[in-house]
Amino acid sequence: MAVVFKKTEGLTDKQTHYCPGCTHGIIHRLTAEVLDELGVLGKSIGVAPVGCSVLAYDYFNCDMHEASHGRAPAVATGIKRVQPDKVVFTYQGDGDLCSIGAAEIVHAAARGEKITTIFVNNAIYGMTGGQMAPTTLPGQKATTAPLGRDVDHAGMPIRMSEMLATLDGAVFVERVSVNNPANVRKAKKAIKRAFEVQLEGKGFGIVEVLSTCPTNWGLHPVDSLKWLEENMIPYYQLGNLRNPEEAK
Amino acid sequence: MAKVLMKGNEAVGKAAIEAGCKYFFGYPITPQNEIPEYMAKELPNNDGVFVQAESEVSAINMIYGGAGCGARVMTSSSSPGIALKQEGITYIAGAELPAVIVNMMRGGPGLGGIQPSQADYFMSTRGGGNGDYRTPVYAPATVQEAVDMVMEAFEVADYYRTPVMVVADGMIGQMMEPVEFKAPKKRDLPKKDWATTGTNGERKPNIINSLFLDPQALEDHCFKLDRKYKEIEENEVKYEMYKTEDAELVFVAYGTTSRIVKNTVEALREQGIKAGLIRPITLWPFPHKAFNEIPAAKNLLVVEMSTGQMIDDVKIANEGRLPVDFFGRTGGMIPTPGEIMDKAMEVIGGAK
Repeated sequence: MAVVFKKTEGLTDKQTHYCPGCTHGIIHRLTAEVLDELGVLGKSIGVAPVGCSVLAYDYFNCDMHEASHGRAPAVATGIKRVQPDKVVFTYQGDGDLCSIGAAEIVHAAARGEKITTIFVNNAIYGMTGGQMAPTTLPGQKATTAPLGRDVDHAGMPIRMSEMLATLDGAVFVERVSVNNPANVRKAKKAIKRAFEVQLEGKGFGIVEVLSTCPTNWGLHPVDSLKWLEENMIPYYQLGNLRNPEEAK
Repeated sequence: MAKVLMKGNEAVGKAAIEAGCKYFFGYPITPQNEIPEYMAKELPNNDGVFVQAESEVSAINMIYGGAGCGARVMTSSSSPGIALKQEGITYIAGAELPAVIVNMMRGGPGLGGIQPSQADYFMSTRGGGNGDYRTPVYAPATVQEAVDMVMEAFEVADYYRTPVMVVADGMIGQMMEPVEFKAPKKRDLPKKDWATTGTNGERKPNIINSLFLDPQALEDHCFKLDRKYKEIEENEVKYEMYKTEDAELVFVAYGTTSRIVKNTVEALREQGIKAGLIRPITLWPFPHKAFNEIPAAKNLLVVEMSTGQMIDDVKIANEGRLPVDFFGRTGGMIPTPGEIMDKAMEVIGGAK
């Protein structure tokens, strides 16, 4: 019987620990499919973050290196500088990348580090239990912003992709979402391009993926997708912010 | 190889390259800047890579990544910078990766100063980062020893899969002395089949990790590390006994301070006072057994460039058998033989 659909080789058989309705699973799958389709799984080294995706090293079917909070781009730099012929990627959440690891991502991008970053933005700290993230929207409730994010007190959320796109070393920056099938397809295309940019040796690439957190948002998974669409996308506009052609 | 006159910091850089270190990630801080500067100049000529990180935290995490690939990697810094690097050091220890970290100590706490100090003894020997781990710590007293220990540190790091620290002070980093680069005794090093070098489709993925969510698994891991540390304590202790056979007054000092104390020992002996010196060369593992080899000792006098940190280990090693006194200068002040001698006289007088 002809196989028309099967699990990607890029993922292990391990069952993930993600909450029902969380879109980490989709983003893992897209990343893994891309590595598989590009035929680079055997030369890939991923760097897992802290936060919800801390166990990513159990799910990706390639060599993996766990990093401390926010430091994945520095760890990836060490790996890539030692092994420039390998495909090196970081998989990071918004707390990890935007807050404690803001310096590491900015400088990896500024150096034009030839790595790929998958940046999962769900506007909240997931693993630690729903605290405010740098990406939490104005008025959005979090356990450390019980009345909703007060921008006079906590400032406005950071648009990381826009910030990184100002850096010459960041040659590929795109924001995507996985809230519906059409956007999932666009997300995969962006992730693939980001890895191709690395393979072409052009510089740093990042794909920001808007993601859901039904558990900490306190919403049904389906309502979470709607919330993402109605609240996150207007603030974090989707689209390509930088590509190698422009970067020249 | 003939002896060459080199500045301590540059000699440390050359020693690392001679030992096969091809990757250096660092961040400038006085008084060790000649190490990254030397590496920036020389590594590209030696098929290696130097990267100036944006911070010490980033530098040590680059080391963590590079070490995970199985490469010989090194970073260096000075006290406040090493404090920042402790985060990465505990991860490197937890993930059992080999790496070499050089600390050219300066005065603290906080921003402190830029003059030589030995006030990072606790931070180095107690495991400045979180959790149950130790790092072998070498304390050179000369530029030659700094060279030898950096080379040895790479062997020890690879042999035990552990981060190793070489802890000197600004004096050793900044002084020039003649040095010779001799390869250390080669150890039978284990294969780095754990390294993240890509599976190439030929093996199961390797995972570099220090996370154990199951407390039983973490306890097992910590006990496994502890067995390794016991083995290091058994096999890697290094110390020097200087004129201790008949010494009644036994100094304990390491690094730069030990050189000043040696002069004091000579001066005391000229006055007919039987003085000697125990010099720990490894600060961890600490040479406890040296304190069983001082048959004539009546007093111990610890001298440090701190307000007294190694004195704790000396008291543990001495087990209350002899009176232990202390003399220290700190903040970048260097003790003189004269003032150490005055303290020695006071100690002996007190003992009579």
